[in-house]
Amino acid sequence: MSDAAKTNAATVRVGLPYHLRNLAHVEGDVQLEVAAPVTLRAVLNALEARYPMLRGTIREYETGQRRAFLRFFACEEDWSLESHDKPLPDSVASGKEPLLILGAIAGG
Amino acid sequence: MSGVRVLVGTRKGAFVLNSDGKRRDWNVSGPFFAGWEIYHMKGSPVDPDRIYVSQTSGWFGQLIQRSDDGGKTWHQPGLPNEAIPPPGPPTALPNRFVYDSSPETGRPLTTHQWYDGTQHPWEFKRVWHVEPSLTDAETVYAGVEDAALFRSTDGGENWQELSGLRGHGTGPQWGPGAGGMGLHTIVLDPTDPKRIYIAISAAGAFRTNDGGQTWKAINKGLRSQYIPDPDAEIGHCVHHLAMHRSRPDVLFMQKHWDVMRTDDAGENWREVSGNLPTDFGFAIDVHAHEPETLYVVPIKSDSEHFPLEGKLRVYRSRTGGNEWEPLAKGLPEKDCYVNVLRDAMAVDTLDDCGVYFGTTGGQVYASADAGDNWAPIVRDLPAVLSVEVQTLD
Repeated sequence: MSDAAKTNAATVRVGLPYHLRNLAHVEGDVQLEVAAPVTLRAVLNALEARYPMLRGTIREYETGQRRAFLRFFACEEDWSLESHDKPLPDSVASGKEPLLILGAIAGG
Repeated sequence: MSGVRVLVGTRKGAFVLNSDGKRRDWNVSGPFFAGWEIYHMKGSPVDPDRIYVSQTSGWFGQLIQRSDDGGKTWHQPGLPNEAIPPPGPPTALPNRFVYDSSPETGRPLTTHQWYDGTQHPWEFKRVWHVEPSLTDAETVYAGVEDAALFRSTDGGENWQELSGLRGHGTGPQWGPGAGGMGLHTIVLDPTDPKRIYIAISAAGAFRTNDGGQTWKAINKGLRSQYIPDPDAEIGHCVHHLAMHRSRPDVLFMQKHWDVMRTDDAGENWREVSGNLPTDFGFAIDVHAHEPETLYVVPIKSDSEHFPLEGKLRVYRSRTGGNEWEPLAKGLPEKDCYVNVLRDAMAVDTLDDCGVYFGTTGGQVYASADAGDNWAPIVRDLPAVLSVEVQTLD
């Protein structure tokens, strides 16, 4: 990230599911510097750049599409079907609330 | 002192079982990658500390893991765990398996046959099998679903498809078996690095003599129920292949039904089921020092995937097939209804050849005397998908 971009960057928090936290060797939320506008795409790009072992686990390698059994939540709203280029809520962009990446619950 | 390292892939993680040459007392480490499906893990014959792993999940997709210290620590190839990545585009994409669609292939490699007979695009799902090169620790092959063969020459950091296989003229006729259309078996010829055998469910067996550029279907002599053409080139549900390294022209096959043998590198097969009580099964392997001694685990049928009469028995032939003897000492004699999957049997190369297999009930059994006597190493792992053995100096 350039110096100019850093001045416009916000610290975004991302909550990962258990298995991805293990892959990334992190505990709790991860914190990422993301330049405005803070979109799903920008956050995921920053996440994969900082933790390349997560590449392909959230988005398909070739298409960049969300993997079918993962969901995105922001401020208690399901963002899974939203455009990856839509700006996230201000409280997520400012780091007040985390962007949550969840594994869909399956089974019974 | 020599020893063995048994690599066990399960539905919920990987385990490494170590023992000395006596193979009586075992140290069990794991689970590694806990909660993930480990379809297969195998060590390099060139560098035994180098182990490749296929780690997969319906949620998170396919990962390749590697150990460079004999299974103590793991990382995705090219992505050290603790290092912050350098700026710029990544140079290692160890989990990227993309089918070759380049014009250079010269063939439409886009579809195969779906269950309903229509054509269906190839879709990558997972890596079933990893096969390290016999001569180079950095080279490793991967058999994937939907069926294709990939190769890495940089230790698993990047993968390229050997697309000549899918470009075989029969590709559009390949169809998935009940478990998917997986390339599950890769056998490398120790005398000729350009010759490779592979098997696909349910397309059959194939051989390349030129390092993977061109392939020949080698299924002549196979007879499969529901395939009306006795000379069908493809369509057979080959479950596994095994070879003794001293005789690369001789292969043994556990087909869906039937145990088969070829003495001419797959040009012709003949059935050697002989007196087996049932010739359905998945696993097959060859004694390390006796090329005519082979092992199978008969399973009741394709409708009932468990041993006959609840008795778990390995069958051994010392005559290259046809004449089989049950091996039961130390194995459950009643109430046993597990399965033994295709990649879940292996042998070590100690003087007294050890034989190992894992079950869907989570047991891993070992014999230190070529199958005469068996004992469980572990009893309560998750369902075992694969077992490989490294013999250590």
